[in-house]
Amino acid sequence: MYYDKLIFEISTEGRKGYSLPKTEIERREVPDHLRRPDCPGLPEVSELDVVRHYTNVSFKNFGIEKGFYPLGSCTMKYNPKINQDMANLPEFAGLHPYQPLDTVQGMLHVYYETQRMLSEISGLDTFTLNPYAGAHGEHIGLMIIKAYHRSRGDEKRTKIIVPDSAHGTNPASATVTGFESVEVKSNADGTVNLEDLKSVLDDTVAGIMLTNPNTVGIFEKDILEIAKLVHQAGGLLYYDGANLNPLLGFARPGDMGFDIMHINLHKTFSTPHGGGGPGSGPVGVTKALVPFLPKPVVKKTSDGYSLDGETDLTIGQVSHFVGNIGVAMKAYAYMLTIGKDNITDIARFSTLNANYIKESLKDDFLLPIEGICKHEFVFDGLKDKSTGVTTLDVAKRLLDFDMHPPTVYFPLVVKESIMVEPPETESKQTIDKFIEVMKAIAKEAKEDPDKVKGAPYNTVVKRLDEALAARKPIVKYKDLLSE
Amino acid sequence: MHKYMPHTHDDVRAMLDRIGVEKLEDLFSEIPKTLVHKELDIPNSMSEIELREHFASLAKQNTPLIPFMGAGAYDHYTPSVIRHLIERQEFLTAYTPYQPEIAQGTLQYIFEYQSMICQLTGMDVSNASMYDGATATAEAMFMATGVRRSKKILISATVNPNIQEVVKTYALYRDIEVITVNEEDGQTSLDEVKALMDKDVAGLIVQNPNLYGITEDFTGFKDALDEHKGLFIMNHDPSLLAHLKTPASWGVDIAVGDAQTLGVPLSYGGPYIGYMATTTKLMRKMPGRICGVTKDQDGKRAFVLTLQAREQHIRREKANSNICSNQSLLALFVTIYMALMGKKGVYEAQQMSHDHAHYLHDKLLELPTFEPAFDKPFFKEFTLKTTLDVDKMNDVLKEHGYLGPLPQKRFDEAKADLVTFAVTEKRSKAQMDAFVDIVRGLS
Amino acid sequence: MKTPKDLYYTETHEWVKVEDGFAFIGITDYAQDSLGEIVFVELPEENEQVNQFEEFAAIESVKAASDLNSPVSGVIVAVNEELEDNPELLNEDPYENWIIKVELEDETEINKLMNAEEYKEHCE
Ligand SMILES: Cc1ncc(COP(=O)(O)O)c(C=O)c1O
Repeated sequence: MYYDKLIFEISTEGRKGYSLPKTEIERREVPDHLRRPDCPGLPEVSELDVVRHYTNVSFKNFGIEKGFYPLGSCTMKYNPKINQDMANLPEFAGLHPYQPLDTVQGMLHVYYETQRMLSEISGLDTFTLNPYAGAHGEHIGLMIIKAYHRSRGDEKRTKIIVPDSAHGTNPASATVTGFESVEVKSNADGTVNLEDLKSVLDDTVAGIMLTNPNTVGIFEKDILEIAKLVHQAGGLLYYDGANLNPLLGFARPGDMGFDIMHINLHKTFSTPHGGGGPGSGPVGVTKALVPFLPKPVVKKTSDGYSLDGETDLTIGQVSHFVGNIGVAMKAYAYMLTIGKDNITDIARFSTLNANYIKESLKDDFLLPIEGICKHEFVFDGLKDKSTGVTTLDVAKRLLDFDMHPPTVYFPLVVKESIMVEPPETESKQTIDKFIEVMKAIAKEAKEDPDKVKGAPYNTVVKRLDEALAARKPIVKYKDLLSE
Repeated sequence: MHKYMPHTHDDVRAMLDRIGVEKLEDLFSEIPKTLVHKELDIPNSMSEIELREHFASLAKQNTPLIPFMGAGAYDHYTPSVIRHLIERQEFLTAYTPYQPEIAQGTLQYIFEYQSMICQLTGMDVSNASMYDGATATAEAMFMATGVRRSKKILISATVNPNIQEVVKTYALYRDIEVITVNEEDGQTSLDEVKALMDKDVAGLIVQNPNLYGITEDFTGFKDALDEHKGLFIMNHDPSLLAHLKTPASWGVDIAVGDAQTLGVPLSYGGPYIGYMATTTKLMRKMPGRICGVTKDQDGKRAFVLTLQAREQHIRREKANSNICSNQSLLALFVTIYMALMGKKGVYEAQQMSHDHAHYLHDKLLELPTFEPAFDKPFFKEFTLKTTLDVDKMNDVLKEHGYLGPLPQKRFDEAKADLVTFAVTEKRSKAQMDAFVDIVRGLS
Repeated sequence: MKTPKDLYYTETHEWVKVEDGFAFIGITDYAQDSLGEIVFVELPEENEQVNQFEEFAAIESVKAASDLNSPVSGVIVAVNEELEDNPELLNEDPYENWIIKVELEDETEINKLMNAEEYKEHCE
């Protein structure tokens, strides 16, 4: 049975879902001239109404615990339960952010050790956990790049180089930091074209944003050469950490020559995506850039941990407090559970999984880039283009088999991109099942293309009219009533 | 073998054979040898028993205090139900709802969230959430300067100084000039707004209640801004909008704030949730995700992310904002909070915060060591002048398990004698009486 | 793909039709087809000045967004307000539904544009 009610539609006048203590304290009124004359139209429901409603609403979602979730660029690995339990401990969850330092030493230990382990894993000197997500990290990293050049009186560096294969947040972050982004072309294998890069490097370049492996899953072999060229031109290198998973324990962005990076704790370090957040996007920098980190900075001193608010060169404050620390706690628990003895296996098995799928399906799907990939790779739609079945159709058909589709239509450099990322937590059995289903869809596309184009069939709703939603936006319950 | 990685020896062999390589290391052969790292200086793995012990020992080094301070983080009540529901794996482990057919759950709660935020603020359209109230305010500044094609914005000196800092940091690197409007008796000076506004200024940012806890009177602000087509941006505590005039009724163009006050635990400052809502006219200039209603092929009502052409994944360097991940699960959190509390509960709970705050206010003023700092209405947070040594007072309070008031000197040395208390529905009369007794004992 | 003979075209897929010193400007069939279902047109205001090959409006489909560049310079004397509520008209007939009408500043600017043949080639 499909549950289609909104919470407002089960509201019944007079019901309530809360209890408050009785109070003997005298009631006072808000002054008339500041008082709202009407009552906000929130629902009236009992506690069970609420519990049942959101439980039924949850059934309309697909989560990692239901099935395979090979969503490229998102690293949908298992989100361990113990992490959640640790983050919920009342001695952490109950702390006010302005409590005296001697009452929050356990929390600051988590902050400090998390940043220290991230530094060690990525080869950079120091991290701040204040950024809320990857894109926020990019914004802050680019602020640091600007502040660095400005501190040297170098005001003419107005450009950030971004490959055409980059995630949309990269150029968007350049813009919000007051930079102009300059696109460089990729080679056929998705790597940076060195000639094109050289042609744009000059003294107006502030830096370059790269991810390695890049968004098509290929390791940039020339990274040391790229770093040399950019540094020679006076620019800095920013590492988009979305693809860190296959490098864990193998190679470190800091050693490659990157000056600044963010890590998506909600990808590589197993914290849940929560339907789109909260994430956490710690930013790490080389020693030379440490003075520019946003404040406050957690420091370790002989008297324990402290929060340092004032350094001369800091870019300033970028979050009200110290970021999504509750998320960082989960990453900390994860790192301790994995340990140095297992961390390299994350890289090994995620890479093994990806290459196994790639080799198993390349007769049915068009593989634009041959060779060993890292933790993810892209197909350019079905191999047989005569059927008219698109990447979108394949993705929708997968829904009928209780599998989350891969990322589609990103990166933009591959037209019919299907980006597959099978994290290390997935077993051969699960992956074999996915391969089987993908082959079946490829076969069906030949034999009965309309069937694939009409998918999905087994979901609570069928394909949606997205144009209707955008042409006549209905964005709240009240709009529905006036429909 | 690790509990999070299921690969057996046989699995690995079979998979390597299919790929056509000898050993796992062959999958990394393209990484230059000079880059391959030997050993990381991180601890060895812990079992679950060891991990729990480790966290238990860290927990002992934290002492949650009973807060009489707010300053952007408020100790409101969290109904038990919420935690249980948001930790359902369907909500917790899902990605952004880019495949709407299997993400109707996430999309529906975003729609409910947007609807409730609009009910509270009176605005036409809300997005699906921002990182926190401070970054939401900074994004509102970008939105206003973008719409007005301007490089200047006004901000009231009565906005929480941390929020001001974040706004100024965002502005600095985009070459936007942030001009401070001075305060007058604890409120934003309307005369100064009038004096500073001109056609080159994108608008004004205010906060309500402000950094002193004062509920400001914004009569005349809209007209002053309209004269120069300036946009009105208000950071407002959403939990108080069952009582206080809505941002919409003050003529606000962009309403923002931190919805932490809707029952989100303190958690040392995060995760919280920024909200942003605007007018229909500015809808397409708003950053962040927006959920809308549509129909599926069979005509069934369904939800989908809409107006996506504003966003980074489509518009790239021309996008309204770079935001991608937001604080979605917290949007669910506050949606469930608002559903439970409902029409009456938000009002009743905050009436209690209000009344209790006034009780404490009056009790403290009975002491010779306190006097009023402003003669202005307040809600749950209030500022007093004190003759006590503020640090000593807070040290003593800490020994008794209380987090004392915010010393305003944290933000401004000149305000050494001002302290700001916060009281929520969780502070009982007994707690407040005990608190006052401790303060009474100080001299 | 339709490319009417009496129009001139830009590389960025706008068309212009000149009539009595006025220019009607719209997007081509090729443009509407590659954008897909058009959901919104951000129209400029009347009396604004536009310059040749510079941005004058923005157009959004479900999955893409694009700026529109003016084929000619001049002052906007009319905008097609019907597109505000019915942006899909641009999908239905991109040549019938002009977006803005401009008072031509300099007829010789037309020489910098493509004719139908050239444009057809450009799209291949
Ligand atoms: C390559 C890449 N960069 C950046 C981001 C942005 O990260 P976040 O969503 O955490 O802001 C993503 C997320 O999808 C990504 O895949």
